[in-house]
Amino acid sequence: MRVPIGWLAEYVDVPGGTSVEDLDTAFVRLGLEVEEIHRPEQVTGPLVVGKVLEIEELTGFKKPIRYTRVDVGEGQPRGIVCGAQNFAVSDTVVVALPGAVLPGGFEIAARTTYDHVSDGMICSVRELGVGDDHAGILVLGADGGDLPLPGTPAAPVVGLDDVVIELAVTPDRGYCLSMRGIAREMGTGLAAEWRDPGAITPPAWSGEPAWDVSVADPDRCDRFSMVAMEGLDPTAPTPWWLRRRLAQASVRSISLAVDVTNYVMLELGQPMHAFDRDAVTGPITVRLAREGEKLTTLDGVTRSLTPDDLLITDETGPIGLAAVMGGASTEIGNGTTSVLLEAAHWEPTGVARTARRHRLPSEAAKRFERGVDPEMTVVALARAAELLAEYGGARVVGAVVDVDTRTPRPPIALDAAKPARVAGVPYTAAQVVEFLGAVGCDVDASGNPLAVTPPSWRPDLTDPADLIEEVVRLAGYDDIPSVLPTAPPGRGLTDVQRRRRSVGRTLAEAGYVEAPSYPFVGTAALDALGLAEDDPRRQVVVVRNPLSEEEPGLRTTLLPGLLATLSRNLSRGQRDLALFEHGAVFPGGNRAPAPLPGVDSRPDDATLAALLGAVPEQPWHVAVALAGNREPRGWWGQGRPATWADAVQAARLVAAASGVELTVRAGELPPWHPGRCAELVVGETVVGHAGELHPRVCAALELPARTSVMELDLDALPVAEVPIGPSISSFPPVLLDLALVVADAVPSAEVEAALREGAGELLEAVRLFDVYTGPPVPEGSRSLAFAVTLRAPDRTLTSDEATAVRDAAVAAAARRTGAELRA
Amino acid sequence: MSGANDPYDPKQVAALSPEALDDAVSAAQKAFAAAGDLEALAVVRPAHLGDRGPVLLARRELGALPPAARSDAGKRVNAARQAVQEAYEARLAELEAERDARVLAEERVDVTLPWDRIPRGARHPLTTLTDRIADIFVGMGYEVADGPELEAEWLNFDALNIGRDHPARTMMDTFFVAPEDSGLVLRTHTSPVQARTMLSRTPPIYVVAPGRVYRTDELDATHTPVFHQVEGLAVDRGLTMAHLRGTLDHLARSLFGAEAITRWRPSYFPFTEPSAEFDVWFPEHRDGPRWVEWGGCGMVNPRVLIACGIDPEEFSGFAFGVGIERALQFRSGVGDMRDIVEGDVRFTRSFGVDQ
Repeated sequence: MRVPIGWLAEYVDVPGGTSVEDLDTAFVRLGLEVEEIHRPEQVTGPLVVGKVLEIEELTGFKKPIRYTRVDVGEGQPRGIVCGAQNFAVSDTVVVALPGAVLPGGFEIAARTTYDHVSDGMICSVRELGVGDDHAGILVLGADGGDLPLPGTPAAPVVGLDDVVIELAVTPDRGYCLSMRGIAREMGTGLAAEWRDPGAITPPAWSGEPAWDVSVADPDRCDRFSMVAMEGLDPTAPTPWWLRRRLAQASVRSISLAVDVTNYVMLELGQPMHAFDRDAVTGPITVRLAREGEKLTTLDGVTRSLTPDDLLITDETGPIGLAAVMGGASTEIGNGTTSVLLEAAHWEPTGVARTARRHRLPSEAAKRFERGVDPEMTVVALARAAELLAEYGGARVVGAVVDVDTRTPRPPIALDAAKPARVAGVPYTAAQVVEFLGAVGCDVDASGNPLAVTPPSWRPDLTDPADLIEEVVRLAGYDDIPSVLPTAPPGRGLTDVQRRRRSVGRTLAEAGYVEAPSYPFVGTAALDALGLAEDDPRRQVVVVRNPLSEEEPGLRTTLLPGLLATLSRNLSRGQRDLALFEHGAVFPGGNRAPAPLPGVDSRPDDATLAALLGAVPEQPWHVAVALAGNREPRGWWGQGRPATWADAVQAARLVAAASGVELTVRAGELPPWHPGRCAELVVGETVVGHAGELHPRVCAALELPARTSVMELDLDALPVAEVPIGPSISSFPPVLLDLALVVADAVPSAEVEAALREGAGELLEAVRLFDVYTGPPVPEGSRSLAFAVTLRAPDRTLTSDEATAVRDAAVAAAARRTGAELRA
Repeated sequence: MSGANDPYDPKQVAALSPEALDDAVSAAQKAFAAAGDLEALAVVRPAHLGDRGPVLLARRELGALPPAARSDAGKRVNAARQAVQEAYEARLAELEAERDARVLAEERVDVTLPWDRIPRGARHPLTTLTDRIADIFVGMGYEVADGPELEAEWLNFDALNIGRDHPARTMMDTFFVAPEDSGLVLRTHTSPVQARTMLSRTPPIYVVAPGRVYRTDELDATHTPVFHQVEGLAVDRGLTMAHLRGTLDHLARSLFGAEAITRWRPSYFPFTEPSAEFDVWFPEHRDGPRWVEWGGCGMVNPRVLIACGIDPEEFSGFAFGVGIERALQFRSGVGDMRDIVEGDVRFTRSFGVDQ
């Protein structure tokens, strides 16, 4: 809502010395967020009101040009060349004299153009910076109007001194989408006198009702009012002051009749519609649409209606989408002289549905959705009729139609002590009554609880809690003290929460940089990973209104986002990168819809279970990606390129941080290189994969060769068991090195496992420290060198014992993997 | 040398004369001082302290003295021997110190050489800031609650008093999920965790729920469609807005310094009544101390308590939500939202592992 301060001051006696900043503060304290303060454009130098005395049409140029004589209050008129055609002799206009500087640094000087000296400029609305209209110059009015005299400084006249405060109005405060509501709030907020522009007593129009009207669906429309007017001058322009206010409110000026209805909406908050009376055929009925009905709305769009859309109809069918937008067939046209003015009160949720269904968030719909004062319909008609009579020469014919089926609002019972209990501030009962009165409530304080009837313009006040908020708001939130409550003792983080932190910290300590990305994916990214058609990772949850049509799905794997971040960093000149991300993924697939139970009580257990069950599991994954060097080159020597092994090691780090034992074995899964893919196993469960990306994937994503990645499902890791402290032997160890020759295809992990099994309880540690191929190791085999530590808990091992263990370990390796002890 | 049985006059045993001994001592001192290094010292040592050294040779003569003379002479010899030994040790220590100093000087390195063989990693500041906020509440006895990002529409809206046709629902800029009747949305706030918590626990409830949320905004310098909030919820007997303010003030002080306080502005959220938006006084702002808009809060709407099976006559609650991106922006002076979301390692690394 845009509030011109000049307009506001018509209703509120703003105390002298109140600055724009004071108003800003007052709005904010009332809960009306100030989004922006629009200060008028800077105009310096002489800008005056002028009156056109003569017009000479110049010919012989490419376009029509006028040479005018304009009285600017100087005794001698000035000669001014003007390209606009929308004015006549005796019109009052705005003239920038030489020396004036218009918005944008546009300096006005006397100059010769079209063979005449132009001694100033007649300004358009846009040139003045008070609107966008540039179709012609600004005509303040024609001869005979109540207009300022030539030579009057024009800045105040055109609103160049008027600051506009733009407010963000929350959805509960529909009444603040009007100057009337804003005036009420500011009257309270500034403790100033104010006048209600809605306090109009409509004239006692007499005669036959203006039209035959019936309302078939009073649940959706509990009040529908109309008057008819005739004798409207279709050429009558909208007065400048009214156009200016529309411009300040960012409403486009169209014609007098339409401008007046829009103006009354801004002033009183009551949206209205003007029908061309001659285009309405037969009785008007307000009813729900029928299947298959269509309506072409004012914006020229033909809309298919549903039986939930409320319509204004005549004998020909729909002539308006109730509360949202009028129909084209009854639109006010250039020749309209007779109008039907309509102002009604519509049920908010129905309006919301229709506006959403037809994607028509009109100014009218916005207000009706948030609640409009039902008392205003006839008042608004009277106000509009007054303006159309004054500026368009129209007169009301017949009596008002007012189909009013409202029921009185029941009072709300409010314990007078409750606001104090909610706020923690000791309001007295008298204060409570006073504040509710200031809101406009009718309070019966003869007993407790109080019986509070909210005013007609506050449909949002339905519960005691709403009334409490009004009390606290008007008393001021600054009065609320600061008291820290004592929570009962908590249990700290859960195991899962601790694990997520631990994993993140571990990877960061190991040199990985966390890079969270948006979870949106498209087919292209999944194609680039080389996923098969039936890969479950292609089963994505689809967003109906994605930001990008290319990425309508939710990720099932962290890799697309992480690799995109990798690419972005590479494109910005990074070479050596180790990134990680952890977060939820969203497996797709068909599911039962989530139920939508009522909210009057807790859903029953079965419904609640169905509700929670319909929300898919969203496992927490962790992934890393590496490119370039894992260790950079330096004065110590060459860099070490990141490889598949780093990716696998990242998985081991994650498992260790999670207190879980991880088994690594050869695997095969896109997007990994089939020969360089590790399957990550915990217990019997495959929890993820790690290794080098398939060369085709690197090519498709334009990533460096040998880019390596790891991804695992952190939620698939079991909760860590409580560690049992080992008993530490203080006896000396026996250290052995064993070199075993095995076939290339035998994984080192299997050899190591065999050694462990064979060595038995005296084995303290075994560690692979070298892999060797080449003579004398035969082709197709490799030599694996292990450092073995043996130790007994209770004695020093004898050399015989050590030899026996060693032989047993080697024998086990030989039996299980065909390993031979290298001589 | 005198024979053992020779008649004896100590003054005639020249080697034991004070003069001879003094000479021996001063010869040794000179020789040691002349030794330029440890090797040279080792070479001259035997001549003065060895078995053939003059002092030791003199000691052998003691036996030749009559008992009455022995005591005096013995004292002299011992004194001389001690003086030689001391001279030797002093020189030895001197030379060792010189050698050590030389060796250490030779072993000098350039300690400013870099050793970043494993480059530093970092956690994202959104993560660490979220953890920090959660920890402040854990310190107050709160527990951390989690909820899914892909959420039931009922929990995201209906249970929070945001009815199907409520304007607030339209204003939420929601991402909807196919099919149309899925009943699922990408949660627009962390508030559904409130509903989940109240449906699964009984009061007293004190929880915070950090997490990622979604709105259909395009990414620009101040907006991102995917962002993070921390939601707080307390439901207990006798909770008031004063308790809410106390809690937010404590959070502000813990995060932004002892001078930080909060300021409230009336606002509207369907799930709280009364509702407020709140600003925090941030003395360390890079453009000078100022109020910064930070979050929303209010007393849990009794309608929400009812929908979650909690008796509003017995219990009251407060709830609040703060934006993590916003807090990061002003706490760390980050001007452009895109730096937070793009994952540029230069940005994230500057925050380290735990800042």
